[in-house]
Amino acid sequence: MKRADDFQTRRQHLKDLTEEQLEARFWELAEKAVDPMIELAKKNTTPSIERSVLIRMGFSSLEAKGIVEGVMNRGLMGKGAGHVVYRLAKEKNMEIREVGLMLLDEELWDDAVDIFKGGDK
Amino acid sequence: MKLNPNEKLDIKNILQDLDKYRPRRRGWTWRKGTGQKRQIGDFEYYDTAENLEQSEPLPGGHFFNSIDPQPENVITTEIASGRFEDDIRRMRMAAWHGADHLMVIRTAGQSHFDGLIEGTPQGIGGIPITRKQVRAQRKALDMIEDEVGRPINYHSYVSGVAGPEIAVMFAEEGVNGAHQDPQYNVLYRNINMIRSFVDAANAKNVMAWADMAQIDGAHNANATAMKAWKVMPELMVQHGLNSIFSVKCGMKKENICLSSVPPTAPPAPCMRLDLPYAVALREVFKDYKIRAQQNTKYMGSSTREATVTHVLNLLISKLTRAEIQSTITPDEGRNVPWHIYNIEGTTTAKQALNGMDGLKEMVQIRRNHGELADKVRELKERAVLFLEEMIEVGGYFKAVEEGFFVDSGMYPERNGDGIARKIDGGIGVGTVFERDEDYMAPVTAFFGYNNVAQYDENAVNNPSSLIGGCTFEDPDKIVYIDELDENDNVNVRMEETKELRETSNIKPEMEWMGDGIVQTTMFLPVDERTAEFAAIEVGKKMGLEDVEVIHKEVLQAAEGTRVEIKGKVPFVIDVDKLVIPPKPEIMSDDEIRADIEKKPMKIVAGTVGEDEHSVGLREIIDIKHGGIEKYGIECHYLGTSVPLEKLVDAAIEINADAILASTIISHDDVHYKNMKRLHELCVEKGIRDKIMIAAGGTQVSNELAVENGVDAGFGRGTKGVNVATFLVKKRSEMNNEN
Repeated sequence: MKRADDFQTRRQHLKDLTEEQLEARFWELAEKAVDPMIELAKKNTTPSIERSVLIRMGFSSLEAKGIVEGVMNRGLMGKGAGHVVYRLAKEKNMEIREVGLMLLDEELWDDAVDIFKGGDK
Repeated sequence: MKLNPNEKLDIKNILQDLDKYRPRRRGWTWRKGTGQKRQIGDFEYYDTAENLEQSEPLPGGHFFNSIDPQPENVITTEIASGRFEDDIRRMRMAAWHGADHLMVIRTAGQSHFDGLIEGTPQGIGGIPITRKQVRAQRKALDMIEDEVGRPINYHSYVSGVAGPEIAVMFAEEGVNGAHQDPQYNVLYRNINMIRSFVDAANAKNVMAWADMAQIDGAHNANATAMKAWKVMPELMVQHGLNSIFSVKCGMKKENICLSSVPPTAPPAPCMRLDLPYAVALREVFKDYKIRAQQNTKYMGSSTREATVTHVLNLLISKLTRAEIQSTITPDEGRNVPWHIYNIEGTTTAKQALNGMDGLKEMVQIRRNHGELADKVRELKERAVLFLEEMIEVGGYFKAVEEGFFVDSGMYPERNGDGIARKIDGGIGVGTVFERDEDYMAPVTAFFGYNNVAQYDENAVNNPSSLIGGCTFEDPDKIVYIDELDENDNVNVRMEETKELRETSNIKPEMEWMGDGIVQTTMFLPVDERTAEFAAIEVGKKMGLEDVEVIHKEVLQAAEGTRVEIKGKVPFVIDVDKLVIPPKPEIMSDDEIRADIEKKPMKIVAGTVGEDEHSVGLREIIDIKHGGIEKYGIECHYLGTSVPLEKLVDAAIEINADAILASTIISHDDVHYKNMKRLHELCVEKGIRDKIMIAAGGTQVSNELAVENGVDAGFGRGTKGVNVATFLVKKRSEMNNEN
């Protein structure tokens, strides 16, 4: 879009505001602009977020990458990669790391799919 | 491990046992002891922080008893040569010069790397940020901060498509600050916008947990826009969006720093354009911190010009505020920053801030009337209008799609040349997944929906309790990877430069140990284009390899051109084989005085030839400058442009012990010719074996002076005590001979 500088006509509704009021308006609008992004962030996840969860659970970056790929391939991202590992460990009465390493060896995935698809609402 | 100022950092030692290293703290540290007046040397300072325990003062510091006042601002330098092991040495040098925020630039392409990089591969234009590299540098900085006596903030980037993972790794490894701004990913890295914001919220939440300082990415609009001063309203909007988004992700306002750049530079009337912007920004963002960056948009290859712009930018920082004062290396416009220029940039900030200490006691911005007041208000209004239209078109994503950002028109003017991105485009599109109702992540510092309650109601506020704590509570759970590539790692590189690290051989260096790079400045009496090619030939004939022109400046189209070249030297120097003359010995004032008292001494002195310089010699003689009169030496000063014969005749007349000849002018070696003639005259008059002759001047070397017949030569930096020591010792020698 091309547009000449129409600042003088555009500013008419602002011209009587004090600078404090202008600043307040700036922040009110900025908040309004970011609120939808905050909502998106609360409700969604990404491969990087899931890898960051697995790293905090005690996996290396390489292990985390492999597990998240497996989770994505099986349509389980909505459950959380950390959740998949946690739940399997709980069900199988195994350690977190042990489960992760087995997933990397292409084991336990069927159990994971069963557990979560079965409980899918 | 304690560092000794006279010993090099042992990189091997730093790399040892890295798997067991744990950072000693988390979070950002501001300088201590600000907000109080402080007596340092002869002066009372208004705007300083605590002194360092050990430091390298400004070059001019020696005029003031080597004081080294530390400004209250944190001072940043950005170090990333491609080899982190060499950067560690540069970090130590920068810390000694007063930098306490060491920023590490990432290698080209890391923002598109899907995951963490591991090991220590070599980088391009930066370094691959990895756990091993971060850990080694943080460990080294622990030692360096103990050495200088002030905490050092370590900083890198949380952006690209691996933001949350990098943030987690930084939190685990004690990184103190980071750049984080989803708008940067969207506009400059073409990463899908939804992915960017979803990732960013999580990364920011982790950064908040680790109490890291955040720097945003708005300054890039300034560096990208065609006319940088036109994007001022947009810059405020970008700062605003990232700031409030960060607050909503859990960050404290005092940890959020705006990366602000004065938009323009000379020959534009930059202070008049930049100052109102700086004032408006700091008022709208009064609760936030300012990280003042230098203008790079209009930076070329002249390091002098870059330095002047930096100083003007520092004036703006001083007149307004800047909690973090960044520095750009003045050579950034011509190569990957060199050691020496990191130090120059750091020193420029310290020098300018020292010089402007307390300025606001005397100088005030005319805030409430006139041009500045009008401009400040106008900028605030334009920024509000920008936001209004953004909401009107349907929000941020829509505005990006319509190319609102980095348009070269001053909003609301639009030139239709902004950066537009599609909501369903960019890297990482389609990689955002909705969380199901039973979504769960059993870790600390997790942002957004997390159904922990399905397993344990009591774990809702502490999700990692489900797994007995995550790496944030139990660092022993961190999995450390050493190296992945056996050919591209620090051990291989260290082996290649082993000779230079472990023997007495050295090579000049600018970026890396042993790179052999030197630069040479020359004037060539030809036009610019001819000069460029002639300079390369000069470099080759000097024996340099890979010669490149790094800067040229026309002095006059026909008369000539200044050219700077860089090249590599193909040899090493064995410092053990150097013949280094011992440092001249200096006698104590009392010893000299006692000797003169025992046996009085008379000298005649003057500036010889057609030479009107008098300052240097007066400083050597005058009692008020600490000259040799203070020891009781009787001085007969004959003035300037004294004929050599007159000096010798005067010496004979008063029966002087010595002649002190000052000779500043050095064209055609006239200074050495005068020394030789002086010696010959004394021989002709038959007094040479009874009289001492010393010559001094800025271009005088002792060796050449002695070759030309005098007894001693004194160059730049000589003090009265050096000359007096010589006179006393030489007289004693001559007496013994007789």
